[in-house]
Amino acid sequence: MIDTLRLTAEEANRLLEAGEVSGAELFAAYRAAIDDRDPELHCYLHVCDEPSGDGLPIAVKDVIGTKGIPTTAGSKILDGYLPVYDSTVAERLKAQGLSILGKTNTDEFAMGSSTENSAYGPSHNPWDPTRVPGGSGGGSAAAVSGGLAPWALGSDTGGSIKQPSALCGNVGLRPTYGTVSRYGIVALASSLDQVGPVARTVRDCAFLYSIIAGRDECDSTTVELPEPVELPEGENLRGMRIGVPKELNETEGIEPGVMEAVRGAIAKLEELGAEVGECSLPQSVEYGMACYYLVMPAEASSNLARYDGVRYGHRADATERLEMYKQTREEGFGDEPKRRIMVGTYALSAGYYDAYYGQAQKVRTVIKREHDALFETFDALVSPTSPTVAFPLGARTADPIAMYLSDLLTIPSCMAGLPGLSVPCGLSEGLPVGLQLIGPQFAENTLFRIGHALERAIDFDPVPERLR
Amino acid sequence: MTAPPEWELVVGLEVHVHLKTRTKMFCRCALEYGAAENTHTCPVCLAHPGALPVPNARAIEMTILLGLALDCEIAERAVFARKNYFYPDLPKGYQISQYEAPLCGPGRFLLPTEEGDREIGIVRAHLEEDAAKTVHAGGTTGRSVGADYSLVDFNRGGTPLLEIVSAPDLRSADEAMSYLRLLRQTIRELDVSDADMEKGTLRADVNVSVRRAGEEGFRPRWEIKNMNSFRFIGRAIDAAFRQQVAAHEAGEEVAQSTYDYDDTTDRLTVHRSKEEADDYRYFPEPDLVPVEPPAELVERLRGQVREQPGDRIRRLAGKLGFASAEELVVTGNEWKAEALAAEGLEWKTAAAVAMNRGDFLPENAPALARIVDANLTREALDEAFAAAADGPIDPEDYLLRTALGDEDALAPVIEAVIAAHPEQAETYRGGKEGVLGFFVGQVMRETQGKADPKVVNQLLREKLQRG
Repeated sequence: MIDTLRLTAEEANRLLEAGEVSGAELFAAYRAAIDDRDPELHCYLHVCDEPSGDGLPIAVKDVIGTKGIPTTAGSKILDGYLPVYDSTVAERLKAQGLSILGKTNTDEFAMGSSTENSAYGPSHNPWDPTRVPGGSGGGSAAAVSGGLAPWALGSDTGGSIKQPSALCGNVGLRPTYGTVSRYGIVALASSLDQVGPVARTVRDCAFLYSIIAGRDECDSTTVELPEPVELPEGENLRGMRIGVPKELNETEGIEPGVMEAVRGAIAKLEELGAEVGECSLPQSVEYGMACYYLVMPAEASSNLARYDGVRYGHRADATERLEMYKQTREEGFGDEPKRRIMVGTYALSAGYYDAYYGQAQKVRTVIKREHDALFETFDALVSPTSPTVAFPLGARTADPIAMYLSDLLTIPSCMAGLPGLSVPCGLSEGLPVGLQLIGPQFAENTLFRIGHALERAIDFDPVPERLR
Repeated sequence: MTAPPEWELVVGLEVHVHLKTRTKMFCRCALEYGAAENTHTCPVCLAHPGALPVPNARAIEMTILLGLALDCEIAERAVFARKNYFYPDLPKGYQISQYEAPLCGPGRFLLPTEEGDREIGIVRAHLEEDAAKTVHAGGTTGRSVGADYSLVDFNRGGTPLLEIVSAPDLRSADEAMSYLRLLRQTIRELDVSDADMEKGTLRADVNVSVRRAGEEGFRPRWEIKNMNSFRFIGRAIDAAFRQQVAAHEAGEEVAQSTYDYDDTTDRLTVHRSKEEADDYRYFPEPDLVPVEPPAELVERLRGQVREQPGDRIRRLAGKLGFASAEELVVTGNEWKAEALAAEGLEWKTAAAVAMNRGDFLPENAPALARIVDANLTREALDEAFAAAADGPIDPEDYLLRTALGDEDALAPVIEAVIAAHPEQAETYRGGKEGVLGFFVGQVMRETQGKADPKVVNQLLREKLQRG
């Protein structure tokens, strides 16, 4: 009997290699779990019937293009769209024999922090189905947490891997910008989007990262990893210097329970031998959010222009070109994409470009420099991943700004193109709290090492209490 | 009161050429003129979700090569930018172009004229992708308004397009056309484009304004878009000049706008006024990294820039006169004259043959030089040049077929022809020398094309005059 809630990818792999279980049996076990629990959790927008390989199953966020498997990005405008090609990451999964279980729910075009902006309805948090799983990659996080997938791929623009991983008690990595190909990923903001793994352990997360990372000729912004991915083993952190940026740890809006769990984790890091010191990211935190909400919508407004009804996807029934465009986009896009298209279009408009988009790019350089300076002293920075634990469905839907603040702590390092790992560090009000580890460019191995040691020390049980 | 100074024409050209790469600008689809519709497409050039551009390195090299020939500064860091607008032939909803940081910065183009060189400033030369082709079907106008439906052929979408922007330094329609012809020849010689207006691989936007001679600065200009015929460009410039001068003199406002040229009325009509102009929301293309051409590459390309066609016009003008030299070079016929002259033909003769005869295999140049010199019948010459295009020819096959140049033999024929057409002879004597051609034709017919046209011409003149 395969316990899909507890089985790690590493263990499943061992069973496969030992011939104790087949890929088809694993796939069937997860399919059964999906049939059992997905009606409640709604993690998947599409479930595959047959395994595509002999290896482990995997869930894939619905912004990741998969040939012949519906890919909607959570939007009505791509309802029924069947990609004619595989994204590079999907190809790399297939090359390893991995089987795609299905496509997981996401806020429309990855715009949101709760999956409530999905045109196909929200996903539910396996720890408490009245609460959100976070977003935009809430479907992937909830699927891993609820035992509906051993691991999953997400995509992160301003926190869409890290924040739902935190809210669902998973390990999630947003990789260094440029290490994972974006080819075939439905674009939100090209200069920020990164695909990354969501898993139950740091080692699983590192292993999945090693499969998808590396230069891709189809994505000009990718690079070869400067060093191979190492599966973390050590359990002490002697010599590791860890910074605690006060603005990311003392900001108004961080729940006391969250802060308490994070402080506990920081104390554990010291016990494991790390040197911990306070530091500061004043400009990054003060301006990060504003800067992000100019750059991201600007790029999104342009990236979403291709959904015009001419070649694929939804097309409104109109007799005249301009009318067809307007109606297609009116019917096909939900409120949040429309909001961002408007803001982004404005930010790029003649006469406003310098004040908005141009200025935001300059601030981005400042944010990057501020982080770089800290990494002369520290190997990694820590903070809560999300200011709060999972919030109730509907709590922030009427207030876009409150929703945007869910990503307050993840956005600055995303703007700087830096890697970030979220690892569970305890519970608050019975819900998981995530610790965010931020490293310099290409320091994924450092983050894995710290995350792994902490995971062992804290011994967090990733299975939601109500499902144990 | 003194009369106001004359009006001066001010013209700048934006020339677009399709680069002759094997594949498209940002994907690996083949470029094939005339292929069946939508057979050269892929996720990238159809803008499927998630598809990303990868720049064509050869297109970048070709752009730099042309930039070097135009004496441009080559950017150390060029940036692709998105130009955003909606149209069905623009699948991404934006065109990848270059905006603030083009590959080729300011340069200059020396345009030889009878009176010496004119320096035409080059503002920039940048690389972008062409849109697809929209065909409006049904309806009556063939335009989008009133069409029953529109079809898009994405084969052309994503073709590398090089845009060369001149400064407003051109001062007449003739000068604009000379510039365009010489630029086209420069482009063709660098082998970066066919630059053929008929195939749409060369298009031009023409910017026209007028000002009083001696006036500083520029008045608002009209932009005439997508001109695809040399003749219409010249006529459109002249029409714009007339209309703008009339408007200024009538005290009407001349607003900066886009205009269409209507060849049936020979007038320009406003296409779109500035108020409605698109805001393209340019921003750096985040899917691409900046292009930083290595110095070694630029130097290697610099070595590929040979003597410019303008330099050769200047050199040949001494032998042929300016007009013939220019015509010979910009029509691409120069190599034929060169080959024949190298075999001992007089330059003027060689140039005339090069202009009037089709292409031939270079290896046939020695044979053709002998044949041209031998005063053969027109028929023999025609046959020799036709054969010389296909394979090696033996001059001995033709050299015996000399033209009938014996005056004593031709005189009776000519006299008979004149006698048979007294009315035409009278017309000639009345001063209409054009009739001479008619008589030459008659004589050639009587002699089955064997008469030497030079001798016939001369004898006809004498005898008609005497008549």
